[in-house]
Amino acid sequence: MASNRKLGRGVAVVGAGISKFGVYPAGVRTTDLFVEAFEDLKSSIDKGFESEVIQALYLGNLSSDLFESQVHLAPAVANRIGLVPVPTVRIEDACAASGVAFREAVIAVASGLYDVVLVGGVEKMTNLDTPQVTEVLASALDPDTEVPAGFTFPGIYATMATAHMAKYGTTEEDLMRIGIKSHYHGSLNPKAHFDVSISDFMKKRAESAVKKGLPEPQWHTEIDFMKDSKQNPIIAWPLRLFDCSTICDGASCVLVTAEEMAKDFTDKPVFVIGTGQASDYFLAERDDLTSIKAAKLAAKQAYDMAGIGPKDIKVAEVHDCFTIAELIAMEDLGFYEAGKAVEAIREKESSIEGKLPINTDGGLKSKGHPIGASGTGMVVEIFKQLREEAGARQIKVKDPNIGLTHNVGAHGSTVVVNIFERR
Amino acid sequence: MALEEKFTDVANNEFYSIAYQRALEDRKLMGSRCRKCGHICVPPKPICPRCHGGEMVLEQMKGKGKLASYTVISVAPPLMSEEGYDRNNPYCSGIVDLEEGVKIPARIVGVDVHEPEKIMLGMRLSAKYVDVQHKSGKKTFLAFEPEG
Repeated sequence: MASNRKLGRGVAVVGAGISKFGVYPAGVRTTDLFVEAFEDLKSSIDKGFESEVIQALYLGNLSSDLFESQVHLAPAVANRIGLVPVPTVRIEDACAASGVAFREAVIAVASGLYDVVLVGGVEKMTNLDTPQVTEVLASALDPDTEVPAGFTFPGIYATMATAHMAKYGTTEEDLMRIGIKSHYHGSLNPKAHFDVSISDFMKKRAESAVKKGLPEPQWHTEIDFMKDSKQNPIIAWPLRLFDCSTICDGASCVLVTAEEMAKDFTDKPVFVIGTGQASDYFLAERDDLTSIKAAKLAAKQAYDMAGIGPKDIKVAEVHDCFTIAELIAMEDLGFYEAGKAVEAIREKESSIEGKLPINTDGGLKSKGHPIGASGTGMVVEIFKQLREEAGARQIKVKDPNIGLTHNVGAHGSTVVVNIFERR
Repeated sequence: MALEEKFTDVANNEFYSIAYQRALEDRKLMGSRCRKCGHICVPPKPICPRCHGGEMVLEQMKGKGKLASYTVISVAPPLMSEEGYDRNNPYCSGIVDLEEGVKIPARIVGVDVHEPEKIMLGMRLSAKYVDVQHKSGKKTFLAFEPEG
């Protein structure tokens, strides 16, 4: 496949909105959540806009079918936010649903068919209990081999972690450091499901133990807390609770326009300079269990289109459905050589103050992972970081002009990478 | 054409899922080999993913291999909790690298799930077919156990 493709014309993101992520009451509908994100988007557009300019809606969603017994979601969302009769489409590529929807919207605008497209994602997961949610998610695995072998999603990524540890000497502590970093970032994001750092968790748990008359816990460091199996139980060895992204509800959306129209909406558009996507086999069929080939392929397409390389990226949002997934992404995207990303984690290079901040919004781990909302949620954060509007979590690197999103479906059977630039 | 097509030829297609599962019930692990390029797939595939040729033949795997990677799962999905697995009774799922040069997910039995760090990658395994009675009926699952 030729990887030196270009978009037919320039495309920009001119607005971005996100709902608070968390557990909403059962009566709150998927379509209601999208309104929350859309209202936030409207307030983000510097020069204001009328919904009439939107010519199509691209919507990412994993399974309103199973979570809420509602199909045909895209026109229902359009109905709720007053977009009828524009064409709508729902895209399902597991956890990459809205990352792919974003790419498809970009392609549609680049084709010249539309000038202004709304693209977003949404998921209302918490109407079901955790085992039921786990079963819905596991329906993205191979029903002939992975499901009967007892695999869950944590189990699949744990298997990749076991392989990564054996090959490169990665440790459970390294993964814990990623979780600690994610929660630190999440603590600075009021929209995060868990806007609490691990040290805040420790304080709360210690206070509650003392209140109950129990002995005060003897954690000296965040790592001590993470190693305490009562606080951080094993889910699928070697992954523990704080290695896993959260089940929650939420929505996100962005407004995509043709480059020549972007200035009608804002003086600070964020341009889409690269996009790539690839698919892969189920896990066991792959040559390497320590890397996701589709991510490498998607990244190469996106870098080639943008005419840049990994060293040019100033900030990245990567798909950390599990801590090990963030580590593998750092390697697959070319930020670090295979097996070397742990050193960057130990040196805190991926924290907000570091030289390549990753998942500054808390990532799927701490911000939350309402599946369909995650892909465009990443774009929302890059939009804010490149415009230097991320508030307390604004990255410290000089001139944050180029950012990347990496959104993975299932165990990497879909990966979409998008690259953005503020000029 | 009959008003009601039974599609028995599709249901019995030996490269499709029903036949793969039926073979497991017969204690056979089936794969496909491409006549053109020799590529092996387990379960069988109707089209070769390597050379895209459509001339595939069935091939039975010997059921011998090595442990490529694994996990021990404490939070079981409904399928496994129905079999009594939970936090106190975790189970091992893994990826087995077959002698034929192809990997397959399987349950790993006969290992100490309470000390997962001591399970050895690369250990030799052989296939064991596990029959389990579920609410939905009896089903055979592919498992592997340490050799010898």
